[in-house]
Amino acid sequence: MDAYTALQVVWFILISILWLGYFVLEGFDFGVGMLFRVVGRTENERRAILHAIGPIWDGNEVWLLVAGGATFAAFPQWYATLFSGFYLALFLILLGLIVRNVSFEFWGKGESERWRTRWEWAMIGGSFLPALLWGVGWANIVHGVPIDARHEYTGTLFDLLGPYALLGGLATLSLFLAHGAIFLNLKTEGEIGARAQAVAARVAPVAAVVGIAFLIWTVASHAGGVDVPSAVLAALAAVALVAAALLAGRDPARAFAATCGAIVLFFTALFVDLFPHTMVSSTSGAFDMTLSQSASSSYTLTVMTVVAALLVPVVLLYQGWTYWVFRHRVSADGFDEVKSPLDLLDK
Amino acid sequence: MTALELARWQFGITTLYHFIFVPVTIGLAFCVALFQTRWHRSGEEHWLRSTRFWGKLLLISFALGVATGIVQEFQFGMNWSNYSRFVGDIFGAPLAMEGLAAFFVESTFLGLWIFGWGRLSKGVHLACAWLVAGSTALSAYFILAANSWMQHPVGYKMAEGKAELTNIASVLFNNTALYAFAHTILAALLTAGMILIGVSAWHLRRGNETEVFGGAMRLGLPLVAVAAIVTVFVGHFNGILMTRQQPMKMAAADAVFENKQGAGLSLFATGDFKSNPEGLTRDIEIPNLLSWISTGYPRGEIKGINDINREYRSKYGPGNYTPIVAVAYWTWRAMIGCAMAMFAFAAYGWWLLRRGRLQQSRRFLKWAVPAAGLPFVASATGWLFTEMGRQPWVVFGLLKTDVANSPSVGPAEVWISLVGFTLLYGVLAAIAGSVFVKTVRKGPVEAGKAEEPGQELALAY
Repeated sequence: MDAYTALQVVWFILISILWLGYFVLEGFDFGVGMLFRVVGRTENERRAILHAIGPIWDGNEVWLLVAGGATFAAFPQWYATLFSGFYLALFLILLGLIVRNVSFEFWGKGESERWRTRWEWAMIGGSFLPALLWGVGWANIVHGVPIDARHEYTGTLFDLLGPYALLGGLATLSLFLAHGAIFLNLKTEGEIGARAQAVAARVAPVAAVVGIAFLIWTVASHAGGVDVPSAVLAALAAVALVAAALLAGRDPARAFAATCGAIVLFFTALFVDLFPHTMVSSTSGAFDMTLSQSASSSYTLTVMTVVAALLVPVVLLYQGWTYWVFRHRVSADGFDEVKSPLDLLDK
Repeated sequence: MTALELARWQFGITTLYHFIFVPVTIGLAFCVALFQTRWHRSGEEHWLRSTRFWGKLLLISFALGVATGIVQEFQFGMNWSNYSRFVGDIFGAPLAMEGLAAFFVESTFLGLWIFGWGRLSKGVHLACAWLVAGSTALSAYFILAANSWMQHPVGYKMAEGKAELTNIASVLFNNTALYAFAHTILAALLTAGMILIGVSAWHLRRGNETEVFGGAMRLGLPLVAVAAIVTVFVGHFNGILMTRQQPMKMAAADAVFENKQGAGLSLFATGDFKSNPEGLTRDIEIPNLLSWISTGYPRGEIKGINDINREYRSKYGPGNYTPIVAVAYWTWRAMIGCAMAMFAFAAYGWWLLRRGRLQQSRRFLKWAVPAAGLPFVASATGWLFTEMGRQPWVVFGLLKTDVANSPSVGPAEVWISLVGFTLLYGVLAAIAGSVFVKTVRKGPVEAGKAEEPGQELALAY
């Protein structure tokens, strides 16, 4: 059996794009969540920060749901092996995401200081766990985990926590932190913006160092010698990481473009490294899962291709429009003066 | 307990919990869009206050629904990897379509609706509300199409021990899915209607905001009365279809053990629900009604559990093909009983409303608050019946539940996630419940006044 067909490659690329979209978009939400108490000091400042991501975070998270759904539809064997194998890691990610989603909605719904403080810590923890664990997870997928001949995971949670995977987790954690700080710098005015900039200037170099170390390890440890396309992408990702580190304290717009580019190139290097496999077995190379072994029938892939071709452009259009509608910068001052909805609507 | 049993408990707990919020969100999204349309058309300020008040309750439900929805998608792979391998070629497609076609729209336009007051033109803002409502319903459609394939597999062939999709149109327009969709959307409207009634009654008893809550009553009472009776009728046709597609489920629903013509409907039964008719003492029975409900004819033949079991043994091999009869029997009755009670209650309230006596009827207003719990009992028991009545199958006739779980996941792992999710969901239920009650008690905000800074700019934050 061939390792892949054209349609399977299309879906591998499409799923990669969904993950890239997810990490670029929710990456800064994670960063903003983790920095909520650091960058925002007063209640109004924190409210302003919530308003910076309020209209968009939920739409950003749907990229994950669609990536998951698309994996189930296009590569059910991959979905089954990965999700059952990474059971406890995914459980922790789900706990984080649930707590975090709810904290956004409930933070402003109570009057007491204690209520808000609790939700703030929920937001920080709920952003930290997935930001770390997505890196751990993808590092393991690329590097290989114990998988047997029936494509079942045979390890435990601790097999997922090797040094390479933990470095991958630190790489995404620091990258999302920097990405979120730069986003806040770009999106807010006044003291919040200044504080975000200071954080970005400190975190972005750390993200560059950790990220580049991880990429070097990835390129060097590829089974059967260096994978040239992946190495080129990794080098470009390193350039973007350095650019982000240099720009973070000075030019938020360019720095944001650099972290977006860094996230895209970083994960593209991983996906290219993984191709044409979906899972790599550390038990035996013979148990690696290829695209063909993982994929749905060509009929299902054809149906899904038609659906995606029709819908993805529309989704991009209205999500882009949302970002345009909420392009204004947010400032803490806006929350002192109270307006009635009627005043707002009469504008 | 084995990993399989734990995984089943986890699926039951997380799914029933998720489905508390699904009908509230779908139903309220339509009601809020309707209130906003009224405001848009009439310019009457109390419709704006209604839109915002019910909108806040919608957002609380939406937040919990979204947060618990991710678990739903992930746990097929996590706990049910063999199931995922078996059905992935078919089952994944509607899930991916839901994300692409419905969930992106829902979340993006809800963000626009919350934060778009004053930023978008009134017409565009109203369109956002309808897009949210429409996409919640579309979302339900794809999920029900996926579930209906488990009830009644169509458009597939078997290849290498797995189900393979041969016709997507058959899956999306499965007659089981069409009935299930009508039934579920009506139930969602019913749920929202009962919340409108319960919350409005609480305020009307105290004489608060009679314009806002009178308006909600004028929508809620007829909505529930009509939706309840139509839900029951759609459910009836659903039942006839089910008798053909899954006769065992219907036989279990009425604890009919041997083939019977002109079977009566048992309203109440005691006994162990396990053995043959002797073990079951029927107390109250309406003659011929069961045959009529299940087949459409009063003298129609109802197949008995034992007969179907014999038939399935020769068809599918040795084994027991009977679900837990007591569960099927009682959940089916609880669901229908709740629907009937809601119909009677709302019809009585509607009559009071038309006679102009609703606000004086303190007894009705008092009972309306606990009555808002009925649709949740109906939904939960309805799903328990649908899913547990299909057992031992996970995909009817094709795959049994006891071979569908993940071979690589042991009981310890499922215990951890089961306890973790249950505790977290419990805490969240308590918090969301208190926020819901607080928001309800606070009532609508007067125009020109804000509760606190920032609250006027966005409903949620």
